[in-house]
Amino acid sequence: MALPKYTEPHYRIWHYVYLLICTCVFFFLIAPLFVIFPLSFNAEEFLSFSDGMKRLDPDAFSLRWYKDMIYGTKNPWGLAAKNSFIIAIFATLGSVLLGTVAALGLSSRHMPYKGLIMATLISPMIVPLIISGVAIFFFMAKAGLAATHTGIVLAHIILGTPFVVITVTATLSGFDHSVTRAASSLGSDPVNTFMKITLPLILPGVISGGLFAFVTSFDEVVVVLFLAGLENTTIPIQMWTGLREQLSPTILAVATCLIILSTLILVTAELLRRRSERLRGINR
Amino acid sequence: MSSETQKILTTDGIPLEVSLKKAERKNKLKAFLLVAPLLLFLIITYIFPIGDMLMRSIDDRMVTNMLPKTFKAMEDWDGKELPPEKVFEAFYFDYKLLVEEKTFGKLATQLNYEKNGFKSILKKLKRKMKKFEEGNYKEQIMGVHKRWANVEYWRAIQRRSASFTNAKYLKGIDMYENEDGKIVNVPEDRQIHRVLWLRTLEVAFFVTLLCFLMAYPIAHLLATLPMKYSNLLMICVLLPFWTSLLVRTASWMILLQQQGVVNDFFVFIGLVADDARPEMMYNKTGTYVAMTQILLPFMVLPLYSVMKTISPSLMRAGKSLGGTPFVAFWKVYFPLTIPGIGAGCLLVFILAIGYYITPALVGGASGTLISNQIAFHMKSTLDWSFASAMGLMLLAGVLAIYWIYNKLVGIDNIKLG
Repeated sequence: MALPKYTEPHYRIWHYVYLLICTCVFFFLIAPLFVIFPLSFNAEEFLSFSDGMKRLDPDAFSLRWYKDMIYGTKNPWGLAAKNSFIIAIFATLGSVLLGTVAALGLSSRHMPYKGLIMATLISPMIVPLIISGVAIFFFMAKAGLAATHTGIVLAHIILGTPFVVITVTATLSGFDHSVTRAASSLGSDPVNTFMKITLPLILPGVISGGLFAFVTSFDEVVVVLFLAGLENTTIPIQMWTGLREQLSPTILAVATCLIILSTLILVTAELLRRRSERLRGINR
Repeated sequence: MSSETQKILTTDGIPLEVSLKKAERKNKLKAFLLVAPLLLFLIITYIFPIGDMLMRSIDDRMVTNMLPKTFKAMEDWDGKELPPEKVFEAFYFDYKLLVEEKTFGKLATQLNYEKNGFKSILKKLKRKMKKFEEGNYKEQIMGVHKRWANVEYWRAIQRRSASFTNAKYLKGIDMYENEDGKIVNVPEDRQIHRVLWLRTLEVAFFVTLLCFLMAYPIAHLLATLPMKYSNLLMICVLLPFWTSLLVRTASWMILLQQQGVVNDFFVFIGLVADDARPEMMYNKTGTYVAMTQILLPFMVLPLYSVMKTISPSLMRAGKSLGGTPFVAFWKVYFPLTIPGIGAGCLLVFILAIGYYITPALVGGASGTLISNQIAFHMKSTLDWSFASAMGLMLLAGVLAIYWIYNKLVGIDNIKLG
């Protein structure tokens, strides 16, 4: 962003002020995440930087809290991680399946009452989570699914499908329908056409919707707090209890792992988005 | 197409018009069948339960079902003087049944909500009732305690005859229906919900404003920088966006605590004394700071996607026509970004208004919002009908905001990512 030579001085000053403001905002956005890294290697039991850490004394750093996270006695993280992954994987599969099929229908130009149906399908994303939580809890309690994995998976399917519907309909909006017609004219049945032609083309949209659904389920805490029993504890629930009761550095070790996981997801999502844009011929 | 001969026929001999309509119907059905599984799933597990919340919030059939005979007998009582013998008789038989079923305690609780002093006289009635003789129940019941001869108490029972009530909604805005049937405010020292509603609106408003002020410059920078730099900077926005909410809240708890990094820094630069570190968490400051950072990406992304589509030549044109850079920005660039501003503000405001986790962790007592109150009634007091009523009031607010937004900007103008 080099300024032209003829820029007047007061605009020049304003330009640097503007860059300074931007730097501060970026710092505000990203810096809090980086506080967690060094503190998770703290050798002591405090959540602030010890004098040793400030001097960069190697003895002040340790893997103690990571060991505690994995081997600690009576620690809930193993079970929580297992539950979180199982729930998130099934919720993602459910959301992707239901959401993609619905998006195919919604993108058809023959679809009646499109606006109303779209609004219904994405409503779980719009309604505040606490209300969704109450409503879903009432349903699960009546259906006898409260405090079961099935109940939580279903709840997360409800919350995850809007993302799949939105990303897949967006991908389909640039979809050239003549290719499916060409397939049909060559004698392919609809299922075969979908598997061989449509799905590979919309796959980036489907996967990024799936990533959204996975993250939604993996991070979700409001609804799960209403639904989960002791057996169904998840990572967010454990973090929530930990943050409310005893803030131990083990939480920071877990948080560091979660940040690494989200970085991986971010990279995947970004690569997919670019691939999808390339395929759809959007050049920027 | 009036006569047979002019109709175009398909090869099967069916008129083309009919055939096309049939194909159209078939396509419609096909599209609908694809949507149907998800639609059905959501209606059963989500839309109906929200309706169920509505039922729970106005349902008051508990007392109605406990005293069916009494309310039947009360139908032609005007409520001015003591009810006639048949009401007393009906009440006696209703109550006797409840005592036998051992559910009279619930009635006592419910009636005590309506008027204090019911609990003791109902208990006394239960003890004395065993020796009651047949007939003249009015005399016998009034003999148990003098309050049974007070018409106020019978009116209180009558007030619970309706199957539906708006009491929970009134409670949600600190009002109630008094003994004369008028809707009045709860005494000032016992009002808690209005403060919470106002605080929720205030927090949502200021968080939205702060997010807007911070997001606008960086979205602009991201949209105008060359791709290779902006992609790198975009990570600063996207990484927090994809990171768990609890992780981000945890990092703010570490930063803002009294021995935390921010306070350490303030002491280091000499802004505050070491022994006078300000409390930045467990109050509104904590809620504001943490919520702004957490919701900021939701403002940046829609703004960025709109700004990306604005051609830089427009600004150049504005300047070449004699506008200063500021005028060109204000008259040309800013109006073009309004759809992005609308979408971002709507998104952040609605997310903020229903926020639960962050205020509960960093908000303390003075930073909690209406959602925390809903969760409290769901989990602690178990007053589910009240939680439902509050939830629906919040939902109505959110829908109203959508409606206004749709009127002003148009929902279709929202751009996400």
